[in-house]
Amino acid sequence: MSAETIPVRRGEPRRLPNLKWIAGMGAALAAWGAAYSQLVAVSEWLVSLLPVDRASHLGAALAFFFYDTPKVLMLLTLIVFAMGVVRSYFSPEKTRALLAGRREGLGNVMAAGLGVLTPFCSCSAVPLFIGFVSAGIPLGVTFSFLIAAPMVNEVALALLFGLVGWKVALTYLGFGLGVAIIAGWVIGRLRLEGWLQDWVKDIRTGGGIVVPDERMSFVDRVRLGIETVRDIVGRVWIWIIVGIAAGALIHGYVPADLMVRIMGADAWWSVPAAVLIGIPMYTNAAGIVPVVEALLGKGAALGTTLAFMMSVIALSLPEMIILRKVLTLRLIAVFVGVVGTGILAVGFLFNMLFH
Amino acid sequence: MKDVKVLGPGCKRCEAVEAMVRTAAAKLGIGVKVEKVTDYAEIAKFGIASTPGIVIDGKVVHAGGLPKEGALEAWLRA
Repeated sequence: MSAETIPVRRGEPRRLPNLKWIAGMGAALAAWGAAYSQLVAVSEWLVSLLPVDRASHLGAALAFFFYDTPKVLMLLTLIVFAMGVVRSYFSPEKTRALLAGRREGLGNVMAAGLGVLTPFCSCSAVPLFIGFVSAGIPLGVTFSFLIAAPMVNEVALALLFGLVGWKVALTYLGFGLGVAIIAGWVIGRLRLEGWLQDWVKDIRTGGGIVVPDERMSFVDRVRLGIETVRDIVGRVWIWIIVGIAAGALIHGYVPADLMVRIMGADAWWSVPAAVLIGIPMYTNAAGIVPVVEALLGKGAALGTTLAFMMSVIALSLPEMIILRKVLTLRLIAVFVGVVGTGILAVGFLFNMLFH
Repeated sequence: MKDVKVLGPGCKRCEAVEAMVRTAAAKLGIGVKVEKVTDYAEIAKFGIASTPGIVIDGKVVHAGGLPKEGALEAWLRA
C-alpha cells in the first residue's frame, strides 16, 4: 500500500495524515500479531492461576475457553476490519447498476459474489429488494444476492476459520455461493414475477436515480473499517462468548457416541432434520459456529453440521417476516423450498464425500 | 427552510441520521423541516436500494449508512 495510489484531493494536505494513519495501522497490526502469538501462553497461565487440575476435564474446558475466546475475537476483528475497508468500495446502488440488464446465469453468479462484498443489513433487505426488482434486475438474480448476502458473511467465515480450520471455511464459502447461485437461478426459471405483492409490481423506477458518489479518502475507508469493527464486533462478542461456553459444555459433557448416532454420516435423516431444526432457530453466525465446532469434534458429520449452520443463517423466520411485505406467501414457500433443497444437497454431498 | 426527508423503515441508524441532520442544521443555523419516510413503497419511489437515505429539497443526496458530518453540512448549505 503506497501513498501514491491514494487519490489526493486538491487543496487539502492529505499526505501527512495518510502517513500517520499508515504508521498507526502498521503498529496496530504488529501489536495484533504479537498478542496473537502469545495466546497459548496466556491461556495456560490463566488456567494455572485457578485452583483446577490442568489435566482434568474442567481444566481442559477452561484452557479451551481462555484460548479460543480471545483468538476468535482477534481474528474476527481483523477480518471484519478488512471487509469493512473492502466494502467501502461497494454500495447497493453500485451493485444494482452492475447487475441491471444482466441475463440470468452470469447475473446469478455476479449477484452471489456481490452479495458477499456489498454492505448489507437485514433492515435494508426490503428497500434493497424493491430497488433491485424495480430497476429491472431479474427476480432470480435478486434472490441470488439476497441468499448470499446474509449466508456468506465475514463473521461466519472468520469464526469457521478460527475454530474449525480454513478448509471448512473455504468449503462453506464455495458451497454457500453455490446454493445462492443455483437457488436464484431455479427461482428465475420458475418465472414467479407475478407472485410479488401487487404494490411492488407497480413500482418502476428504472433505477434511474443515481446517488452521487461520496468521495472517500484512504483515511475515510480506514475509519469506516474501524467503525464496522465497533459495530459488528460490539454486537456479536457476547454471542461468541455464549457460543464458546456452549461449545465447551458440549466438549465436556455430551457423550461422543450419542452425537455420532444422531448427527453421524450413517443417519441419513439427520440432514433434513438439521435443516428443519435450523429454520426457526434465529441466531447469527457468531453464536452458531462455536457449537458447530463442538459438534464436529464429537463426531457429527461435516455435511449435516454445515447444513444445520446454513439453515440457521439463511432460512430465518424473522427475515421471512420482513420479506412478507414484498413477497406473497406462495413465493416465500418456493424460496424456502428451493434454498432448503440446495442446503440438503450440500449436506448429503458432503456426508458422501467425507465419509 | 430546507425540506429534508430521512428515508428508512425505522432502524437505529435511521434515527441516528435524523438526529445528525437536526444537529448539523442547528449548528449551521439553517432552518429545516425534517420528515421521516418509513413506508417501503414511498422509500422505493426515491429509487434508493439501501437505507437510511437522505433527500434534501427533493434530491437524493445519500443512501446507506451514516453520512459523513462534513458532507452532511455541505448538502445542507448547498
